[in-house]
Amino acid sequence: MERTKSPLRWIAILVVLAALVALPFLISDYRTFQFTQAVVYAIVLLGLNILTGYNGQISLGHGAFYAIGAYTAAILMDKFGVPYWATLPAAGVVCFVFGFLFGLPALRLQGHYLALATFALAVATPQVLKYKRLEEWTGGVQGIVIMKPDPPEWLASFVTLSQDQWLYLFSLGVAAVLFLVAWNLLRGRAGRALVALRDHPIAAEAMGVNGPVYKSMAFGVSALYTGVGGALGAIAVQFVAPDSFTAFLSISFLVGIVVGGIATISGAIYGALFIQFVPNFADQISKAAPWAIYGLVLLVFIYAMPGGVAWMLHFVAARVRALLATR
Amino acid sequence: MDTLLSVRDVTVRFGGIVALDAVSFDVGRGQICGLIGPNGAGKTTLFNCLSRLYRFERGTILFENQSIAQFARHRMASMGIGRTFQNLALFRSQTVLQNILLGCHAVSRGGFAASALRWPGVGREERRVHDRAAELARLIDLESVADTRVADLPFGTQKRVELARALASNPKLLLLDEPAAGLNHEEVDGLMGLIRRLRDELKLTVLLVEHHMNLVMRVSDKVVALDFGRKIADGLPAEVQRDPEVIRAYLGDDQAH
Ligand SMILES: Nc1ncnc2c1ncn2[C@@H]1O[C@H](COP(=O)(O)OP(=O)(O)OP(=O)(O)O)[C@@H](O)[C@H]1O
Ligand SMILES: [Mg+2]
Repeated sequence: MERTKSPLRWIAILVVLAALVALPFLISDYRTFQFTQAVVYAIVLLGLNILTGYNGQISLGHGAFYAIGAYTAAILMDKFGVPYWATLPAAGVVCFVFGFLFGLPALRLQGHYLALATFALAVATPQVLKYKRLEEWTGGVQGIVIMKPDPPEWLASFVTLSQDQWLYLFSLGVAAVLFLVAWNLLRGRAGRALVALRDHPIAAEAMGVNGPVYKSMAFGVSALYTGVGGALGAIAVQFVAPDSFTAFLSISFLVGIVVGGIATISGAIYGALFIQFVPNFADQISKAAPWAIYGLVLLVFIYAMPGGVAWMLHFVAARVRALLATR
Repeated sequence: MDTLLSVRDVTVRFGGIVALDAVSFDVGRGQICGLIGPNGAGKTTLFNCLSRLYRFERGTILFENQSIAQFARHRMASMGIGRTFQNLALFRSQTVLQNILLGCHAVSRGGFAASALRWPGVGREERRVHDRAAELARLIDLESVADTRVADLPFGTQKRVELARALASNPKLLLLDEPAAGLNHEEVDGLMGLIRRLRDELKLTVLLVEHHMNLVMRVSDKVVALDFGRKIADGLPAEVQRDPEVIRAYLGDDQAH
């Protein structure tokens, strides 16, 4: 998928980036907030795709890492007065450690068993967050309310931004950096080892890949991305509470990477748009049965684009190129 | 002669089956050693012991006078033992070049942080392994399919990809498990020339499992024969070919079918 090296590709990426930067100036603050959430999901899905798409370890529990990232940010801001931007690296580190440690016992599990083990994590999360002994930190059932950050002062002399516009642009910047880092990771030596372990673990080890280390690192890095996403999500929503992190969230993430395109970088973006906007869209179509509509849309996607949106676009682009070449 | 590999008394059991029964033999540096025996004789099992995929319950394997039992399986490639698999074990979703690049894993550097942050030196290292992979693709005549997904290639070509990938780690000892299976006459002749060239030009030692007797007998410096996990002969190709036990093992095997 990362084969084309043409300058055209870079131009396309720049055009898309420019459009994304312009977006909040063209739509309402509420819509901007929704797109911020989509950017957050894109970061999460990228992280999940590193683990599940590229390394072949299925996770039905990434909602847990998302929650840990969100609570890390909320607690740091609420209890320690840490600035919002500084909570992102903290959430990343905390989730990396959790992910890495979870990845170690997960080494013994494969396929369906790993799916169940991670699902157990997702199912347990809301109740752990409500646990009495932790209430002092987590705020129990009530959760934690946090303040929406203002745009930095130095920016005021260039442009006046609303809080939502600023948060969107901030999230977009974070996402751009994280996408670049993931792209580097996946096209380099470590990324090749991850894919090799997925395709043929025995051969990969015979070629010198340290399976246990790479697989638990994949868990750690994946959780790091998801945790940063969780922190950003908490800041955007200005609120964390246990019931936002149900097992359904974890399943949505998996839906996102499959719809977007397994083992693709751009698929994270398409998947994020799907899980952010399709439920809204379904709600508009039918207030009575939004999830039936959601299910229907999901089926349409799966049948129309097996392999996900990214692979479909890749295929279409290849056909167009072939057509142009025969002209 | 300088001994590169020394297999001593190696025994492997699977439940009731004795897959290897106190097998011992030596391979000298620079030799091409054929390993023959009827189906189920234990040839692949021996390879799997050499790459630490199987545990052996007795015996020792010395490679460059060091016991390999103390090392994890992913260390074998960097120690200098490279291999191909009898039933292809390629990274099927990846291109030929990407498969060979992964073969370079053991002889290149850089972990997660290096790749992700692309700190100084990473770019140079990447160019080095890409050049190496391209050079191997040329050597094994895979240049024209370098960017093709492995799964889309015919069987014979996939076998060559395995060989190129094994060579990428710059092994001292190359284990080839039935490289001629599925190849036609001409291809077998080409393979024979290639194995000799690899030994001479890359200074390799080769352990060759093969049912294609003509190939083994012509290319090998020495031949070891196994039957039901036991070593039944060990010597020059001509001697092993004449050995009554070897003849019996093969004829008996034929009658059984
Ligand atoms: N993982 C395993 N579990 C159980 N039995 C095994 C295993 N691997 C090999 N065996 C058994 O060990 C014996 C030796 O098998 P091996 O594959 O080493 O034979 P081989 O000489 O390579 O045969 P072939 O020429 O058919 O490839 C056989 O009886 C086989 O069934
Ligand atoms: Mg075999």
